[in-house]
Amino acid sequence: MTATSTSIRGREIPDRLVPGWKRALKSWETLLFVVAVAIFIANSLASPYFLDPWNLSDASFNFTEKAIIAFAMAMLIIAGEIDLSVAAIIALASTAMGMAMTAGAPVPVLVLIGLATGLICGAFNGFLVAGLGLPSIVVTIGTMSLFRGLAYIVLGDGAFTGYPDAFGWFGQGYVWWVFSFELVLFVVMAIVFGILLHATDFGRRVYVIGNNATAARFSGVRVDRIRFILFLLTGLMSGIAAICLTSRLGSTRPSIATGFELEVVTMVVLGGVNILGGSGSIPGVVIAALVMGLVTFGLGLLNVPGIVMSIIIGALLISVIALPRLWKMART
Amino acid sequence: MLTETALAKGAETHVPVLSFRGISKTFPGVRALDGVELDLFAGQVTALIGENGAGKSTVVKILTGIYQPDGGTILVNGVETRFLTAQAAAEAGVTAIHQETVLFDELTVAENIFIGHAPRTRFGLIDASAMEAEAKRLLASIGADLDPRIRLRELGIASKHLVAIARALSIDASVVIMDEPTAALSHKEIHELYDLVEKLKAQGKAILFISHKFDEIFRIADRWTVFRDGQFVGSGRIADVTEGRLVQLMVGREVDKIYPKRPARIGPPVLTVAGYCHPTEFEDIGFTLHQGEILGFYGLVGAGRSEVMQALFGITRPSKGACRIDDRVLVLRSTADAIAAGIVYVPEDRGRQGAVKGLPIFQNVTLPSLEKTSRAGFLRLAEEFRMTRDYTSRLDLRAASLDQDVGLLSGGNQQKVVIAKWLATKPRVIILDEPTKGIDIGSKAAVHDFMSELAAQGLAVIMVSSEIPEVLGMSDRVIVMREGRIAAEFQGGSMTPENLVRAAAGIEGEAA
Repeated sequence: MTATSTSIRGREIPDRLVPGWKRALKSWETLLFVVAVAIFIANSLASPYFLDPWNLSDASFNFTEKAIIAFAMAMLIIAGEIDLSVAAIIALASTAMGMAMTAGAPVPVLVLIGLATGLICGAFNGFLVAGLGLPSIVVTIGTMSLFRGLAYIVLGDGAFTGYPDAFGWFGQGYVWWVFSFELVLFVVMAIVFGILLHATDFGRRVYVIGNNATAARFSGVRVDRIRFILFLLTGLMSGIAAICLTSRLGSTRPSIATGFELEVVTMVVLGGVNILGGSGSIPGVVIAALVMGLVTFGLGLLNVPGIVMSIIIGALLISVIALPRLWKMART
Repeated sequence: MLTETALAKGAETHVPVLSFRGISKTFPGVRALDGVELDLFAGQVTALIGENGAGKSTVVKILTGIYQPDGGTILVNGVETRFLTAQAAAEAGVTAIHQETVLFDELTVAENIFIGHAPRTRFGLIDASAMEAEAKRLLASIGADLDPRIRLRELGIASKHLVAIARALSIDASVVIMDEPTAALSHKEIHELYDLVEKLKAQGKAILFISHKFDEIFRIADRWTVFRDGQFVGSGRIADVTEGRLVQLMVGREVDKIYPKRPARIGPPVLTVAGYCHPTEFEDIGFTLHQGEILGFYGLVGAGRSEVMQALFGITRPSKGACRIDDRVLVLRSTADAIAAGIVYVPEDRGRQGAVKGLPIFQNVTLPSLEKTSRAGFLRLAEEFRMTRDYTSRLDLRAASLDQDVGLLSGGNQQKVVIAKWLATKPRVIILDEPTKGIDIGSKAAVHDFMSELAAQGLAVIMVSSEIPEVLGMSDRVIVMREGRIAAEFQGGSMTPENLVRAAAGIEGEAA
């Protein structure tokens, strides 16, 4: 940038040198969007069934539940923390709902129990990390075993089945035409988290903590309170995901949502969030969710087995992260 | 005495074990060493004396091969040598015992002593039993009764020093650097260290002893060398010099009159601190700060000045004591409480505690003031840019744009961003901790100028500084701290360099 003339004059410092749209054009999110479009086109050429709106709508189920957790997880990772217990929270919340259902609780109570379980688990993680100052990766590896272990104690080899029909709406119902409740929830949550992270004081402080938590504290930011709230949010979103997933499957097994946590983290990192904290965006995570959904769905239409799919997702993640680094190395 | 025999031994050769001839070292914007001379003789202790910033630690780093000098020569036994790496320095027989000894907590005493040169078995493996036996012998030779198999972290700081010294002996060092070795030791441990120094002298080691404490220097040193602002001022035999003379040499210059201090209209008291205590860092701190006043805090590094300031800013909590603004008692549980009460703190460690590198200038400036620029918790960027422009232009910030990453600015401009951040909160009390440390002269003047202006506008300013000219040039009143306590307070005519140095080093009482 040739801004020397401005800096010599001093005082007359411009707000920005690069306009926002120009910066957005060069961003990770734009590149990822191009990838998403390419995959979309490749899929529609590879399979005649791909462009069917109902098929596409169906396909959205394989990412919506993970994506709504990924929004909260993105904020947590930007703040320099992580929560690996999200899938275990789903298992515990689903089990709690199953127990309530067996006891004859009505649908609204089931929903409340799902949300409350998520919040309690999030608060527990948050207390250990923000209150006691323990490292979040260790804490949540621990609570991952703890929460799922509780689900196994309750259920053993068994399962809760026979949820009321009305409960099925959250995972199987449609708001309008092909737009399922989960898809609408995904869009609403993307907007809510996008605003929270990018347009509020709270979101600003999340970035500050992720860049330099010490300086944040020395600037009057209540670092631990924000960390606690972020764990609470992640727990809450896991609770919501538990409601959707349980409703969609119509049953609770203790192995429900196994491996979700890694897919959620993959989605967040693919979306351009720095795993070390400090940078990333919600639009990036939204596009990453679409990319992962499209790849999974496209390969499913081509009858590619699940194991191969996970290889492809893994390869996609690594190449997408390695590319910018290789690009930089090639230039120097 | 022992000194006599050592001198006799040194006199046989007349060649110093190690000499600096015209050594210079320049860092961007700072001339750390400017053609300095230093001679270390076998069997003698040479004390290197100087204020903070005189260049002592740069000397240590050159001697241990961490920095390379830009000019001059290093002679080892009269032969020109270069210490290109830390390894090379160690091979030439130089070893250092630092203020905070660099050892490995999770390794055993024997492993620490022999790391890098452990005795080997026929198969090239570390010979643990030989190593432990040798470690025991070395430790015994310095009168240390330590189990070589114990892990280092289980030892206290004094015992760690003994391990470091045993390590120095194990590589058969001819030059031992002791950089403020007594800083963390108790009275009894210090005396044990003196005995050890005598033992090392008897073994013919050349010792470079860096200390701020004059009683120590007169107790164990044979020779002295004084640096000031990176320049060699003089050297000689301890027997031929007085404390007063050394202080004079250290401080040297007339304090420059370049400081833009304006005559202050000192108003009513703003901040009153009484009986502030901390379990480990400071004790019984009490002072009153007035409106329009610049109160300087002088002391040696580690005197507890920053710790007191951080307690006033809500980072740490005092165990006892009270703090009032006007007549309101403050309970400072967090930095947010302090900021709300109108107390702000510009930290010494700008990179870690002050600026949030990676984020743009405007986000740094508005961080503690988001409540003002935002509406109902939602950001308003236009307001943020306006506030940032308001405060940074007053400080003459130099940057490409307000959206530039703070990490890309020079140290001086980063400091301006940090100060702008606090001014935007409209504070009553601003605490500046080493505000011009490591920044270029131009920015330094801007910061001084602005500090004066703030005081003139009725802010109460506390300035922690280890630079005597700055303290004397800017302050209306100076408090000197030593070992966690207030040692003295000076005002008007009593604010002289000699008085400050004496109070900080604790000369008054003990000195003859």
